Amino acid sequence: MSKFQFPESIKSRPVYGTLEPRPGKAHLFVADAEGAEAIIEVAARDAGLMAKAHIIYIPKGADFADKLHALNPAQFYEGPTYAASVQRLRHVLENAHQGLQVYLTGTEGLMGQAQNEAMQAGIPHTAIQTEHRGSVARRMQCVHCKGITEDVMTDPFVCSHCGLNLFVRDHYSRRLAAYQGVCIDAEDPGNVPEPVELYK
Amino acid sequence: MSAAPQKAKPGGQQIPVVVSAVVPLNDLVTRFEFQRRDGGLFPPFSGGAHTVVEMKDGDLTRLNPYSLMSDPADSSTYAISVRREDDGRGGSLFMHRNVTQGDEMMISYPVNLFSLDLRAKKHMFFAGGIGITPFMAMIAQLEQSNGNWELHYACRTESLGTYVDVLSYKYPNKVHVYYDDQKQAIPLEDLLDGQPLGTNAYVCGPKGMIDWVHATAQAAGWPDAQVHSEEFLKPEPGKEFEVRLCKSDKTITVGENESLLEAIERAGVEAPFLCRGGACGQCETDVVKADGEFVHRDHWLDDEQHASGEKIMPCVSRFLGTLELDR
Ligand code: FES
Repeated sequence: MSKFQFPESIKSRPVYGTLEPRPGKAHLFVADAEGAEAIIEVAARDAGLMAKAHIIYIPKGADFADKLHALNPAQFYEGPTYAASVQRLRHVLENAHQGLQVYLTGTEGLMGQAQNEAMQAGIPHTAIQTEHRGSVARRMQCVHCKGITEDVMTDPFVCSHCGLNLFVRDHYSRRLAAYQGVCIDAEDPGNVPEPVELYK
Repeated sequence: MSAAPQKAKPGGQQIPVVVSAVVPLNDLVTRFEFQRRDGGLFPPFSGGAHTVVEMKDGDLTRLNPYSLMSDPADSSTYAISVRREDDGRGGSLFMHRNVTQGDEMMISYPVNLFSLDLRAKKHMFFAGGIGITPFMAMIAQLEQSNGNWELHYACRTESLGTYVDVLSYKYPNKVHVYYDDQKQAIPLEDLLDGQPLGTNAYVCGPKGMIDWVHATAQAAGWPDAQVHSEEFLKPEPGKEFEVRLCKSDKTITVGENESLLEAIERAGVEAPFLCRGGACGQCETDVVKADGEFVHRDHWLDDEQHASGEKIMPCVSRFLGTLELDR
């Protein structure tokens, strides 16, 4: 099951929807792992969608590339990582025109970073569709050293840059495409609760 | 000292002005220029802002909003351009017939409900008739910063093409004019096609034109947040009705030709407002009791709020029956 209902939280926390076909001159899909399933579903709702679609897909070990290919999008790109795909994403956005629809689906880290690129290219965030699929892992920024730790699955966790024990907050930055991690044992160093898996 | 209003007053603080020039532009449109009576500078404004002009018409006080169309970089003068509406409620006729150079008037601090989105990569303006006025100021503002813009301007006839001469002289490559009587129309679909990502569209004109631009842009996949419009509604006449103002403990009758807001003001009750055209939300008033039917006309409340009968925008909306308001 690739869908997960996030509990309600503070206003800062992003809320994701369900992709729907929208009128547009071109359609850009960026997805990782199980996000592929959301693309397959939305493609089934509008037969004309794929003829004007460009899919950028990062499998992250999942096995959907062939199925996406079979949708017959105008362009299909499979990248090994988001970092390796971002050049292509920027290139597509640079050459895009008004009327481009952007669909992001998969993990929060992927959607947040791709949304940031689309916003910088001039698309208001309210016009960018998102649908969460797959892992609930978070992209975290350490508020102390500013380093980013990807795919965080437990709370607290250890900052991969400075080694502090960080508490996972719902406070989110659209600009950084990351949640804030705050030192959990600053007052009493070493007093760190047992890490628990997110949403468990 | 800051130029901000010092004390909250309905409609914001007013500025005493003198009419420094009255310039007829064509059969229907006249420009009025104002300077401060104290000889000082006006507060700065941004393109798209309006001012509410107070007209003393006998014992009637009219308050009509007009877009500021002068150059925002020039703080010595504010200018508006007024189209004469022969079938209107009389404000524009008063301006045309009664206002002359040297007259003393009161105008409000500027308010902007139709501002440029300065994040835009490009600005496309669509004007219909007198809808050109806010774009005059926006264009002047963008020219200061070398902004990327183009104007598509639909006029009825060449002789009614307000400011077409100045605009096409100054910006021959950016201004495109279409005359109705020559069967020219804005090729909207083609114009919207292929614009760079991050282009914003702005439309000011008759309601049909505004709806057309919104619908066409939406069908072409433009984000709603990048299509801006301004439509000031005018209060429409209607049947007389009675209103009880609970807080002020007064009962008033709203005449056929006045708005609910005007009737409240006539009774000496202070009521908030900014646009007087159903767009800003400032005049929103709670309904205490309603016996009859609402005639909602504003762009502020959503359908659900309209249906709830709990709120009314007195600047443009009316009622058939008797109403009690929390005012
Ligand atoms: S005064 Fe602006 S909506 Fe009524």
